[in-house]
Amino acid sequence: MNIAFKNETFRDDFTFCNSPAGIRRFPFPFHEDSYMYAVNMEPHVALAADTAYGSLIDVDEHYVAEMHDRALVLKEDPLRFQALPHMMSAQWDTLELLMEQQAAGFPELFTLTRDGEKWRWVNKPLKIDQHFTFGDAATLPCEPFEYITRQAQGDFCIVDQRDNNLWMDAGMVTTQADWSLDFDIGMNFMEWHGPVPLAHQIGVFDRALKFLLNLQQGRPVRRLNWTMTINPRLDTSPENYHKWGPDRASVTADNVGSKVHLRCELQSLWRLPRSNAILFVIRCYLIKMDELVTISKWARRFHRVLRDLPAELADYKGLTRYRPTTVAWLSKYDDGAPTSPGFFPD
Amino acid sequence: MSINTEMSVRVASVTQVAEKVKRFRFERVDGLPVPIFSGGAHIVVSMRDGGMLRRNPYSLMSSPADSSGYEISVLAVEQSRGGSVFMHTKLNVGDTLAISQPINLFPFDHRGRKHIMMAGGIGITPFIAMMDQMAREDRRFELHYAVRTRGHGAYWRELEQRYGARRAHIYCDEEKLFIPTEAILSNQPLGTHLYVCGPAGMISGVLGTASNLGWPRQNLHSEEFLAPPPGKEFTAVLTRSGKTISVHSHQSILEAVEAAGVDAPYLCRGGACGQCETAVSGCDGALEHHDIFLEPQDKASGKKIMICVSRIDGSEIRLDL
Repeated sequence: MNIAFKNETFRDDFTFCNSPAGIRRFPFPFHEDSYMYAVNMEPHVALAADTAYGSLIDVDEHYVAEMHDRALVLKEDPLRFQALPHMMSAQWDTLELLMEQQAAGFPELFTLTRDGEKWRWVNKPLKIDQHFTFGDAATLPCEPFEYITRQAQGDFCIVDQRDNNLWMDAGMVTTQADWSLDFDIGMNFMEWHGPVPLAHQIGVFDRALKFLLNLQQGRPVRRLNWTMTINPRLDTSPENYHKWGPDRASVTADNVGSKVHLRCELQSLWRLPRSNAILFVIRCYLIKMDELVTISKWARRFHRVLRDLPAELADYKGLTRYRPTTVAWLSKYDDGAPTSPGFFPD
Repeated sequence: MSINTEMSVRVASVTQVAEKVKRFRFERVDGLPVPIFSGGAHIVVSMRDGGMLRRNPYSLMSSPADSSGYEISVLAVEQSRGGSVFMHTKLNVGDTLAISQPINLFPFDHRGRKHIMMAGGIGITPFIAMMDQMAREDRRFELHYAVRTRGHGAYWRELEQRYGARRAHIYCDEEKLFIPTEAILSNQPLGTHLYVCGPAGMISGVLGTASNLGWPRQNLHSEEFLAPPPGKEFTAVLTRSGKTISVHSHQSILEAVEAAGVDAPYLCRGGACGQCETAVSGCDGALEHHDIFLEPQDKASGKKIMICVSRIDGSEIRLDL
């Protein structure tokens, strides 16, 4: 698979956009015309090659630009990467997993060669050729988890499992939907999900925790989550709220198509072998309304989902201010025709 | 969801390591490496014993970093329902079996400043893998291992040799040497974690001593695999799949359900993990709870049962399966 990597930005002049093939492979998160929280977890198995599910760790046309944006975020705020001292074996587990998966999914871009503990990692898009000793952090330019997540799209959290709970004990978080690793580090599963409305009352987190505590090696699972973002900004962090919060007041009937983005998170969870921790991958995908409406099924469906979303969810996701303008704009693309079941374009 | 991640393996070697204890080495039939695991993990071994499918959990005792194969040790149990007898008498080098991916319900706490392991008899097996991992990761640990006789005890000599008498302490019942639990537990640095694996009486005794000495509950860890106890034969009505099945006296409900071709979730098959918790919608007798997972009020409610080890004293149970 040859990928033409885009030279684009997620800040300042916001030149990010999806190619027509990039639009079609967007992991649209609604399988029906309405939305409510659910423990919507399913086995993380590969689907068709031309989808975001073609490889279990996806690499797409935005890879090089996203890695550049991550480096900029880390330069301004090094605390976006943190790992507590007891997470070192989980760091190596993660490095191995991401190298193996990227090399398996995209062999023309990445190669991993192993001779016992002597490893060689070649990353062609980022022009990296690294020899190192697995298990010896001194042979890498930085800690193993930071090293590999500077070369993998998405945010990454490693949660330790003990006392029948999961603990946020390491993370690389630069493309987040308004949450902070620096704030959440060391918290348990119930604590870091504290702010989510409605879901606690219907027992979603109790069931999800029970499920994850028994997550098995060799059987990763995935779920989709979503929100919306004004301008294609990856780093919508609480730390930088002053930069992106005001953008939400800039939406007008004339600029919805280019300014308003649906933001989908393809989340996957993996039991790690040496540490028995869980790697939580939160891969963010953005699509402009102008791009989304080129798929007529998605245009109809997203109009209906957004129009009928409960007010608490709209508030929690921060959509309240620009929801009416966006719904009005999307309504032009909804003729009321029925939509087919499932996520994918017709 | 049922994705089959079982691995087909061949018995590469069988070694008698002590009276009544055999070690089995498994290597993958397809020649691929087995997954790396974490110390304390077990696998579920599926055995075809005549017409009967048995699935038993066994702790992995080979080095967690060695992906060339897995090793387990099996004690021949006199009152065995068949699993250990099958392993001891019918399984030979070259035979093939299916094993699960590694599952760890007995992991060590990576924050621990020091780790104390107490093993009784065959309960030594998870600690062999754990110590291998801890030694490679430069962690501070000590083992206290009680055996009935030097002849019955497996691996004590090797462990003493490998880790030295300061880290591997052996106690032999026959020589009137017992683990001085109270002395060991009453003087340990902050951040020490304790792990116990062995017979039920030993586990409750050690944990009780630790609690009395003021150890925090979060620092105490134990693992006990319960074998499903036999009982009277009864009928199980599986309401979702619309099947009525017999649970024989030497069979667990879970085994009978699987024999009927109904998929039920499980992980430990020993009453510990909670994965096979099943809702009960009716029972004309008394539920016999043998698990260590359900809270007392859940057991008393009569609405839940762990089908891997528990059964009924009665003629019929209705299950949401």
